[in-house]
Amino acid sequence: MTENNRYALNKNLAQMLKGGVIMDVSTPQQARIAQEAGASAVMALERIPADIRVAGGVARMSDPKMIKSIQAAVSIPVMAKVRIGHFVEAQILQEIQIDFIDESEVLSPADDKFHIDKTNFEVPFVCGAKNLGEALRRISEGAAMIRTKGEPGTGDIVQAVRHMRLMNAAIKKITSMAEDELFEEAKQLEVSYEAVKYIHENGKLPVVNFAAGGIATPADAALMMQLGAEGVFVGSGIFKSGDPAKRAAAIVKAVTNYNDAKMIAALSEDLGEAMVGINESEIKVLMAERGQ
Amino acid sequence: MRIGVLALQGAFIEHIHKLQALGIDTFEIRQPADLQTTCDGLIIPGGESTVIGKLLVELQLLTPLKNAIQAGLPVLGTCAGLILLAKTISNATQPGINTMDIVTTRNGYGRQLGSFNTVATFAGEKIPMVFIRAPYIQKVGPQVEVLGQVEGRIIAARQANMLATAFHPELTDDPKVYQYFITMINQQNQRRVV
Repeated sequence: MTENNRYALNKNLAQMLKGGVIMDVSTPQQARIAQEAGASAVMALERIPADIRVAGGVARMSDPKMIKSIQAAVSIPVMAKVRIGHFVEAQILQEIQIDFIDESEVLSPADDKFHIDKTNFEVPFVCGAKNLGEALRRISEGAAMIRTKGEPGTGDIVQAVRHMRLMNAAIKKITSMAEDELFEEAKQLEVSYEAVKYIHENGKLPVVNFAAGGIATPADAALMMQLGAEGVFVGSGIFKSGDPAKRAAAIVKAVTNYNDAKMIAALSEDLGEAMVGINESEIKVLMAERGQ
Repeated sequence: MRIGVLALQGAFIEHIHKLQALGIDTFEIRQPADLQTTCDGLIIPGGESTVIGKLLVELQLLTPLKNAIQAGLPVLGTCAGLILLAKTISNATQPGINTMDIVTTRNGYGRQLGSFNTVATFAGEKIPMVFIRAPYIQKVGPQVEVLGQVEGRIIAARQANMLATAFHPELTDDPKVYQYFITMINQQNQRRVV
């Protein structure tokens, strides 16, 4: 085979996931339910964020054996999480041929200063970002996809909305700036001039941008899509609800037809109990603050 | 000329941008109501074939699109689109359009680490090709013309009004696959007028 540009191929895989729903699963059976319901990828992890939040303590990469059992159960891409800065966990996931690594604030950070140098890897990375500066820093480190950080495991959409709006506002601002203002903007955002120039010229991130954190209903998913997300991650919202298969399928359809209120109204009926959720103001650990 | 792009999931906007760059009118297909309009051709994009297949069924698009293709509507399927057009998938059971007489192998090159790009021949011309967790065509029926191979595997084929590629023409700057498809549509339209 000819010389390959891994980074381009990795960004391309993220493009194929667009308009889709990536679901957290912790067993092969859940993975099959997710695939059956129309997930465009699954995130394999031992404990979903809501349980990590309850359990407390140090949350680490999942057992590779458990991840492999999920790879064997489905034909769609399988993602898994590593701790921020834990490049050896990432090496392990690459070794077992993971399709995408999520360097995630949901797990306990392994490095309080540095993220993984993702350019050293062949497999793609997705990283969370609260604002444009974080997104562009992760991309310069080699992330092939960005997601909002939301507040995982809460079922509260407020942070995902806040992060998406902050990102959009910052992008719009740069798009309308004069050329000579871009240098100062790069300095303020603590990112390279080239990154700011790309935003100025294209009006969007150079990689795919998904919403994550707190999505629990078809309406939540459609809200994030209308705010400009290119797809959604649903973590605890599915398997912490009363009827996971039905809710998952409804969220998938709401993402495809996110502008069709009539359809979303029908999809929202009779889904059983949603995850209970916790309000942002009621929780002690704000995971989104991990890794700047 | 007006081409509909199936926009249920995946890289549909990339196809739309390529067609627009060639000066072609496009529209997105997300539900049956979107089909009440003139349509000279259809593109089924890359994405996850399980997701698109499931949504085709549940959004009641499978039957109308299948009927239109069987009635001669020119269609281009790329990657997941190829899988959905194939009559048979060697290693999976999932809903699809199943109109093209080919046997395909899903994830034929393995996981993301098996994704690659190369330059190879499509319909007699060398073009850049991007393969993302791609399928390949294992076998073709007698009515199917093979249009390209990479390392002995069939990666592009045509049967009458159906064109399928295992690679993603929407991810490179080369317009040849689109030009080929537009020629197919023009020939079809001429036939209709005659």
